[in-house]
Amino acid sequence: MLALTGGAIIVTGGCVEISEGRLDEILSQVTKPARYTGREWNSVVKDWDRARTKVLLAYPDLYEVGMSNLGLMILYDLLNKEEDILAERVYTPWVDMEGALRRAKMPLYSLETKHALGGFDIIGFSLSYELNYTNVLTMLDLAGIPLLSCQRDESHPLIIAGGSCAYNPEPLADFFDLFVIGEGEEVLLELVEAYREWGKGERARFLRRAAQIEGIYVPSLYEVAYGDGGLGTPRPQTLEVKPIITRRIVNRLPPPPVEVIVPYVEAVHDRAMIEIMRGCTRGCRFCQAGVIYRPLRERPVEEVLFAADELLKATGYEELSLVSLSSCDHSQIEEMVRGLLTQHAPHQVTVSLPSLRVDSFSLELAALFQGRRKTGLTFAPEAGSQRLREVINKGVTEEDILSTIEGAFGAGWQRIKLYFMIGLPTETREDVAAIPGLVKRIWGMGRKIGGRRAQVSLSVATFVPKPHTPFQWMALEDEATLEEKQAFLRRELKGFPLSWSDPQATLLEAVLSRGNRRLGAVIYEAWRRGARFDAWDELFKGAHWWEAFQNQGLDPDFYARRPLDREAPLPWDHIDVGVKKGFLAQEYERALLGQTTPDCRGGVCFSCGVLETFPGAREAARQGLWGCPGEGKEED
Amino acid sequence: MRVKSGQRIRITFSKGEEIRYLSHLDMMRLWRRALRRANLPLAYSRGFNPQPKISIAAPLPVGFTGEEEVMDIFLEHPVSLDAFARNVKRQIPPGITLKEVREVYMALPSLQSQVRFAEYIVSPLEENIQGRIEELLAAEVILRQRGGKRYDLRPLIEDLRLEGSSLWMRLKHDAQGVGRPDEVLAALGLERAGKAIHRTRLIFAS
Repeated sequence: MLALTGGAIIVTGGCVEISEGRLDEILSQVTKPARYTGREWNSVVKDWDRARTKVLLAYPDLYEVGMSNLGLMILYDLLNKEEDILAERVYTPWVDMEGALRRAKMPLYSLETKHALGGFDIIGFSLSYELNYTNVLTMLDLAGIPLLSCQRDESHPLIIAGGSCAYNPEPLADFFDLFVIGEGEEVLLELVEAYREWGKGERARFLRRAAQIEGIYVPSLYEVAYGDGGLGTPRPQTLEVKPIITRRIVNRLPPPPVEVIVPYVEAVHDRAMIEIMRGCTRGCRFCQAGVIYRPLRERPVEEVLFAADELLKATGYEELSLVSLSSCDHSQIEEMVRGLLTQHAPHQVTVSLPSLRVDSFSLELAALFQGRRKTGLTFAPEAGSQRLREVINKGVTEEDILSTIEGAFGAGWQRIKLYFMIGLPTETREDVAAIPGLVKRIWGMGRKIGGRRAQVSLSVATFVPKPHTPFQWMALEDEATLEEKQAFLRRELKGFPLSWSDPQATLLEAVLSRGNRRLGAVIYEAWRRGARFDAWDELFKGAHWWEAFQNQGLDPDFYARRPLDREAPLPWDHIDVGVKKGFLAQEYERALLGQTTPDCRGGVCFSCGVLETFPGAREAARQGLWGCPGEGKEED
Repeated sequence: MRVKSGQRIRITFSKGEEIRYLSHLDMMRLWRRALRRANLPLAYSRGFNPQPKISIAAPLPVGFTGEEEVMDIFLEHPVSLDAFARNVKRQIPPGITLKEVREVYMALPSLQSQVRFAEYIVSPLEENIQGRIEELLAAEVILRQRGGKRYDLRPLIEDLRLEGSSLWMRLKHDAQGVGRPDEVLAALGLERAGKAIHRTRLIFAS
């Protein structure tokens, strides 16, 4: 267990109501004070004293980023629909606001009713990015809530977390009382129910009770044996505690929220969003989302059309984004887009599709947008060479890429953004050298069709091995090689708008992604040294982290820059996302042989594990609610 | 001449405490969305990125409140003013009060070009500054620096006086220059922090 030493934490009292006058004084000192005032359209302000259970949804990043998160909005809607639950929001205050709150000795507060965090029953953090971890500590500390789970008692809120980072909860295990593994829609209300039954008795008793709920992981009930130089897998301390925590899912997507909050301050994604599909069956081997959101579940077209209408009426947004991991893979995407454009384009609404696959963005779909106002299009070839695309199972050919983008330019799109990755397993200089060639061919095509207005921009990320993926055992590439590759691309692609990830921040992301419980001490120390908003280039300071690692006697390279032994236990082995480790290992082998694995949708089942794991799965699949092959051919 | 079938509606509204931290751009976004929700036949600009044709007479800085802010809204075809007011009132957040709705001629010059003066009330004042006000009004030139540029604040001050424990001012607000109340406070040696600045009205060219 992590022990804290000598932290200068300002404790600012428990449940205080924030006075408007004092708040005004603080807000007049900070940039964009409207981030901290709430009262947005459709925000739900309930009577504090009449709510039986008070939940605070916390997002550990700036307001503008957090307000763009659809998951948080889904939970806000779900909880507030319950008469006797009150759900409010809080985001990480920017550093100027943190300073102002500390100087005024005022606790961080909720946006809706301006109550200090300490007054809530449950505070649920949504974790979607490793580089937000220190912001969690800032938020708890600003509320005077002890950072470590073991330091808190019955007088403190229950501090919980969910989201994609919860699938390797270990680095944050010391800070959270429990993690929700899986889709919150399923679990949260059960948890609230358990909380009520408990009625604020002994805290440990509640945690033991909560640990009985499927999909709830209470880290303090598990211990880690590290063995010989291993990363260690948590094991239950007693026989009553389940050894494996299985992810919770919904068989069918619940109706999307339509009365969503419309921020005053411009959010990063300042538009209406409808989730049209969850999960992806393509099986890209680096992609965590492609594993942890399985199975693929579509929202029926009629439901999308109905919800879009309600959503636009309730918000006044001028743009509607069809959200999913790969929107063009929706089996009725053309019908959906045609319906939406017919209904809403006359009212000056733009329909946008994020994250497209080049092999599913059809010419027919492109043609629907002909003559319409458009946002940019983003395609992700990921790798420059065919060989490497086969290794990562991004089953697209250069011909697919070129003909699709040609279609897009032809239908009038002018801004194309391309996503690539470097540092992928088995990548050679030739693979990287194939990127500029491909980009230039695309640009040349854009010029020919779209003329001088055609724009091609690039984002070159660095491959980070993520838990629960076939590439989880791979190494992060060494810094010198990565820098050489980045320099090469900058040189060869001079003139193209190009963004890439900072190698130091990438290393940190890789360490935290595959981290174990020992990293809690590092996170705490880095935060105490001043690490804030590590995801923001202008605030990220690697030195805070590397010094913390050194002090704790831990080596970042041990976590990130070596291939992991495939026989060794992993820190997330006790988390069952549905897709089995054996399937991941098989995919790892196939990658190294350069063998691709086709999309299982409508084809053969490769027994990834999803159909075996979830009850009711086969029935859901047979009814066509899932993208899984209906008749299970699960025998090897 | 082509007969225009549209309608130009001029509204007066207040920007209250609840939304005082909204910037001018935030206010424009708020109005765009509120008017869209109100299901009005908004007229849009032409071109690559069509925008609803709405214009606010004078931007109000972050932190300021306003008593009688004025905005023009162009519609594709006329609607009854009652229906307009009813629909809009349902869609505006707390902090905005719709005070007046009237129709004006389509051909009037732009609203912004017609603003001449703006009046503000600043409160509270902790010290007696009667002497300093008189000095300021008596000065021929008040050199100030803003955004790296030196300028003369004096011609932008039309009038200035104490009203109880508040400071009332009328400042120039036209194409030649815009007087800023926070600049006047600074010239008087007063702190901006802790004071409420309320724009009480805008004065237009008759």
